[in-house]
Amino acid sequence: MAESTSRSSGAIKRAYRWVDRRFQIQALVDYMSHKVVPVQKFSIWYYFGGITLFLFIVQVVTGILLLMYYRPGADSAYESVRFIVAEVSFGWLIRALHSWSANLMIFAAFIHMFSVYFENAYRKPRELTWLSGIALLALALTFGFSGYLLPWNELSFFATRVGTGMAGAVPFLGKYLLVIMRGGEEVTGATIERFFGLHVAILPALFTVVLSAHLIFIQRQGMSEPLEWKEKPSGEKKYMKFFPHFLMRDLLVWLIVLNILAVLAVFFPDGIGVVHWPLGVKADPFSPPPPVIRPEWYFMFAFQALKFLPAHIFSIEGELVGISVFTIGGLIWAFVPFINRKSRIDEPSKLFMYFGMFVILFIIVMTILGYLL
Amino acid sequence: MPEERTRRDFLGIILGGGLIATLGATIYPIFKYLIPPPSGEANVSQVKLPFKKADIAADPKKAKTFRFGRDLGIIVLLPSGELRALSARCTHLDCTVQNKPDEGLLWCACHNGKYSYDGRNISGPPPKPLQVFAVNIVGEDIFVSKGKA
Amino acid sequence: MTRRFWTIFLSGLLLTVLTPAIRAEETNNCLTCHQQIEEEDGPAHKFPRDIHYQKGIFCVDCHGGDASLDDMDAVRKVKGYRGAPSHLEVPEFCARCHSDATYMRNHNPSLPTDQLEKYKTSIHGKRLFGEKDTKVANCISCHSVHEIGDAKMPYSSTYPMNIPGTCGKCHADSSYMAPYNIPTDQLDKYTRSVHGKALLVKKDLGAPACNSCHGNHGAAPPGVASLSAVCGNCHALQADLFNASPHEKAFAANNYPMCETCHSNHLIEHPTDSLVGTKPPALCANCHSDDDGTKGFAVAEGSLASIEELVQHRAVADSLLLDAHDKGMMTTDEEFKLREVDQDLIETRTLVHSLDLTKLQPKAQEGLAKADTVKVRSAGLIDEYYYRRKGLGLATLFITIAAIGLYLKIRKLR
Repeated sequence: MAESTSRSSGAIKRAYRWVDRRFQIQALVDYMSHKVVPVQKFSIWYYFGGITLFLFIVQVVTGILLLMYYRPGADSAYESVRFIVAEVSFGWLIRALHSWSANLMIFAAFIHMFSVYFENAYRKPRELTWLSGIALLALALTFGFSGYLLPWNELSFFATRVGTGMAGAVPFLGKYLLVIMRGGEEVTGATIERFFGLHVAILPALFTVVLSAHLIFIQRQGMSEPLEWKEKPSGEKKYMKFFPHFLMRDLLVWLIVLNILAVLAVFFPDGIGVVHWPLGVKADPFSPPPPVIRPEWYFMFAFQALKFLPAHIFSIEGELVGISVFTIGGLIWAFVPFINRKSRIDEPSKLFMYFGMFVILFIIVMTILGYLL
Repeated sequence: MPEERTRRDFLGIILGGGLIATLGATIYPIFKYLIPPPSGEANVSQVKLPFKKADIAADPKKAKTFRFGRDLGIIVLLPSGELRALSARCTHLDCTVQNKPDEGLLWCACHNGKYSYDGRNISGPPPKPLQVFAVNIVGEDIFVSKGKA
Repeated sequence: MTRRFWTIFLSGLLLTVLTPAIRAEETNNCLTCHQQIEEEDGPAHKFPRDIHYQKGIFCVDCHGGDASLDDMDAVRKVKGYRGAPSHLEVPEFCARCHSDATYMRNHNPSLPTDQLEKYKTSIHGKRLFGEKDTKVANCISCHSVHEIGDAKMPYSSTYPMNIPGTCGKCHADSSYMAPYNIPTDQLDKYTRSVHGKALLVKKDLGAPACNSCHGNHGAAPPGVASLSAVCGNCHALQADLFNASPHEKAFAANNYPMCETCHSNHLIEHPTDSLVGTKPPALCANCHSDDDGTKGFAVAEGSLASIEELVQHRAVADSLLLDAHDKGMMTTDEEFKLREVDQDLIETRTLVHSLDLTKLQPKAQEGLAKADTVKVRSAGLIDEYYYRRKGLGLATLFITIAAIGLYLKIRKLR
């Protein structure tokens, strides 16, 4: 190895030795340095987990900064957000980054999930990784739903009212669910306070725990190999070391995502087209609802599908049927590592592939229809 | 050999320099964000008036207008020495009312509407009374808030 | 014998007991009979809607007679029967109660009792009592009859929003008014005026109807000298400014009606800045010229100049503000300030009535200063908008350099 002439790497080596003498991390470092990433046709999909993670980090940082000025409560939420956007230095930037990163993170999470699905990377021994990922997606969606209300503007008030109203349609538990979510019968300042506690304390704690588990599983088990490699002789399998090769590529991708985020935040601080979150006017529970109430785009497919259902199907309430179908579908999706027997023996399954394609198409078509109609 | 070194150095400079610059461009806005703006915090349902009781007394009409969120308010020094704050928007056609201390009432110049100091519309076209705000005096500072005192 | 005694005694007792009961039920044969013989919109059908009916004052209380009778001839023979009054008799017919303070106090103490007196001073009253004019308005012409409503009720002919129509029934009918030689376009003009639109379209009950300027019972056109007092009831500030101005003496000396000379009486339109100045359609030049020995011409020019300057500065500030707003910047503070400019503009325009440039110009200056503040702040917001993009460009540059460096490093490691 050529001698390093720069002083900085010498300093890094000294710092490393200082820590190692106290905590014996050499073994851990050796272990981690063995992690490899398969090099194959669809390698690009491997980046999306990291992108989701990066966007989450952006969320945490911008979220903490917003916490410095945000004040929950019906009398102060809207005014404090207006204050951040209009008067605090770079407040507009922090808020725009937080909004964009939220949307991009969920988008990236979906791509990550679908690419894992089609690669069958959830198969044994990675079932728990998949389950923890599903949990993370659910938590992320809850983050999105709870955060959306916090500016307490007209847009978010009515969307929350409709969303929590749908929770009330669940049989037996519906009434309790609704009252617990709303902190009362109606969406009020109490709802803001609940969602705020959820958004900045409960969800981050849960997310951190589940995310750590998710990352530890991946670190322990390494990256999943493509199904086609089952028959491949080991000589032909190409790998790349995670440290530093893949990591550098990961960092490069993160830099590009950061730049994209910055461009979006400056040029479209209030969103683009239908994915729009202008601050608008303060929520007024007594004013009539706006002509079009929309949930965020990632809920739109479910919202639209439910709207298509007739009021009654075989004397059961249409909404109930819809929610049940979604629940069953969600459960199948979550437990696919156990249901897809062929994946356990590293065999592809046409049935599950078609199922996956159906789900994607359903989501895309319903989302588009939700905005067109 | 030396060529490789200078190339590596150059690469190191680009990479290191770029990363440091990016870090700087990230930290700079965060740093400026953390410094609070002059107004300190969002004015919500309560506002601290930017003047003192003495300023109101010194005014020839014994009253001053102030901004209250999106609304305009007027604070009046009553003959009893008490400070009274009300909405300054006339309920007829939204003109700004003013104090007439010699007549002991609030007056709207647009169509001669008149209000008593407790907000009641007593003469002219105004159809509704003016909203009265609560006034709290802490030391030298005057705080006005919506909702009853 | 006892049987006969008891029959007579008991029948007599029965009759005595029953008669009051019978009489109590016979409230109103007037209504019962007349409702049968009348058409759907006849007086007896309308009367239950009338305020008198609601107060317990029935047919007999005005017309006399006896409500228990069911034969008109018998009714006419009753002492004190008044029947239906003629057109000329109506005012005194109503005033029998309405001018009796004692009587009115027993029914509605808060109602005034001077209507007949006032009516006698009005044009209508003078013609009715003087020339015995049967075309001119009497009580029922405006209040209607048998369905008289409290003026606070929206269906009443004297409800503010209905008054223009009530007066217009005669005054807008050119063939009816032909003998009187007065215009009949007042209703039309009023409907198109600011006051008419305010009352009839925007339903602002604070806006004047015919009676607000002409009076109700003492209705007459306001005299030339009193017009500014009449307008000044609402437009007090303008009237005060005017009365302190040189125009007050000048108009009085020339017998020009105040207010009306510039603003007209019925077709009062929203005044525009073009009313002021020295070029048509400005009104100042109608009397004033450059060398007429007064300051009028100069004041007219100066007033218009100040106002137009303020209007122009406001427009500039507004367009910059709109630009900043469209660029997505938060403009609520500046919008608030701009409303203050609008207030100053209103006050400057009002000060035209003072004809005093030393009052008008400082007020316009205040507005100018505020408009310029808005302009500067809006420009600042627009600069901030571009600053953000420049900052982004710089950040992108740094990130690109870092990305290139990283890419080269990756290539090298391969």
